[in-house]
Amino acid sequence: MTAEDLKEIRALISRHKLWDYLFATLGLLAMLAGILVLLALFINLFMEGAPRLTTDFFTSFTSRRPERAGILAAWAGTTLVMFVTASVAVPLGVAAAVYLEEYASKNAITALIEINVTNLAGVPSIVYGLLGLSLFVYKMDLGQSILTAGLTLALLILPVVIVATREAIRAIPGSIREAAYALGATKWQMVSDHVLPYSSAGILTGVIIGLSRAIGETAPLIVVGALTFIAFLPQSPISPEFPYVSFAWLKEPFTVMPIQMFNWTSRPEEAFQVNAAAAGVVLLIMTLTMNAVAIYLRYRIRKNIKW
Amino acid sequence: MAEPTGTIKADVKNLDFHYSSGHHALKDLNMPIAENRVTALIGPSGCGKSTFLRCFNRMHDLYPGNRYEGEILLHPDNVNILSRNVDPIEVRMRISMVFQKPNPFPKSIYENVAYGLRVRGMSKRSQMDEKVEKALQGAALWDEVKDRLSQLATNLSGGQQQRLCIARALATDPEIMLFDEPTSALDPIATAKIEELVLDLRERYTIIIVTHNMQQAARVSDWTAFLYMGNLIEFDETGKIFTNPANKQTEEYITGRFG
Repeated sequence: MTAEDLKEIRALISRHKLWDYLFATLGLLAMLAGILVLLALFINLFMEGAPRLTTDFFTSFTSRRPERAGILAAWAGTTLVMFVTASVAVPLGVAAAVYLEEYASKNAITALIEINVTNLAGVPSIVYGLLGLSLFVYKMDLGQSILTAGLTLALLILPVVIVATREAIRAIPGSIREAAYALGATKWQMVSDHVLPYSSAGILTGVIIGLSRAIGETAPLIVVGALTFIAFLPQSPISPEFPYVSFAWLKEPFTVMPIQMFNWTSRPEEAFQVNAAAAGVVLLIMTLTMNAVAIYLRYRIRKNIKW
Repeated sequence: MAEPTGTIKADVKNLDFHYSSGHHALKDLNMPIAENRVTALIGPSGCGKSTFLRCFNRMHDLYPGNRYEGEILLHPDNVNILSRNVDPIEVRMRISMVFQKPNPFPKSIYENVAYGLRVRGMSKRSQMDEKVEKALQGAALWDEVKDRLSQLATNLSGGQQQRLCIARALATDPEIMLFDEPTSALDPIATAKIEELVLDLRERYTIIIVTHNMQQAARVSDWTAFLYMGNLIEFDETGKIFTNPANKQTEEYITGRFG
């Protein structure tokens, strides 16, 4: 190769590389736009709400006097509703996904179901609220309760859990399935000993994404009848007498964090806006903590899974 | 074609196989499988040798629409393992398989070997320990892993992983072991170890091995079947096939003129 040719090639490469730099810069800017906005939002919220973030704020009920209002009923309600949502959505979603991936024969009906499950993830949440109202409140007579709210939100995140679980199951190579079958495993042994353990990291991610969505939902819960002003806690799930657990709380009225925030922001007094900001900080921290736990667990599980 | 003189472990009779796509992959195969001998299946890519091997443990049943015709009679009880009345899981409990690419479970070395035992309902730790050790010794892996049985199997080297898969396949004392190109993903040293192992295992197990490596077939097998386009072209003693094949196609294939 002559010196001339070499020069030409080098010029060509540097021209091509220009696009690398260009795209890297563009990508960085795009990423910063997202992160900076989020950061600004959080800092702004925190600055505004910081004076109200005291112990009293967490241990008091809401009040007409902004300086005495707290989020006790709201965070207790959110925790209990999320607990119901997760305990319903996880088993149902995982079972449905395992059935679709491992058991169902591939035909037109399952294809139709698959498309519909994916589409359900895009249905506006208020529609789920209406479904919850007519099905759980009226038809099943569960009342405007924690149970109704949990079930409604479970329906809302079910498609997310199903889709994530299916993706995780599909990531398991066919050779691993064949290895289990070749040793004489039944389908259920293959699923419970291999498919579920190996896909648990992906399932967990889906569950957390779903719960993070559910924790911020307001509209469907207003539709099913969450209260905006509540000055008592549901009965404790732990009871002093045998059998030591009580499910009476499931049938009690409730409020949740985003509804409490919504209620405060609609008040004319300036001081309630501060309360709303403080509640927003708490809600954000709840979501971020959930995500952090998920990332940690996923890392722990993935470390041991490779093919 | 010569017939094996010793005990016959299985008889393939008029075996036809159709994939769900309609592809007629195996055409009227007839051959015996000699007990405690190594039978090699050779032939060019797409000739049906792996398809044939996977009939022996009903692997094709995992995918809907595949269809067997004919029989594979397993002796001494004369069961046609292809029969619709025979549960494929029962067949897989009797006949184990080692795959082309090492496919250990992402579990510990111990759990990999023990899985077949667990599936068979074994739960006593002492009994299981003994079986796992025996299997790992049988697969010439024990000395390398005995101090780290609880470590992840997927951290072993490729050759070790394949020997682990062999240990997993022999832990349950199968009547026949199937090897589907077990060395095609391994380097020459690991390959030599696996071949040595196959020769060792021959004393206790009936082995069927698919290989596209002619030298390997010649080194490890007693009997060789040459398949081409789904037909069994020639079946004979390995020595005979490689020195004096009766069929022209066989000769052309083993001398490297096609395939």
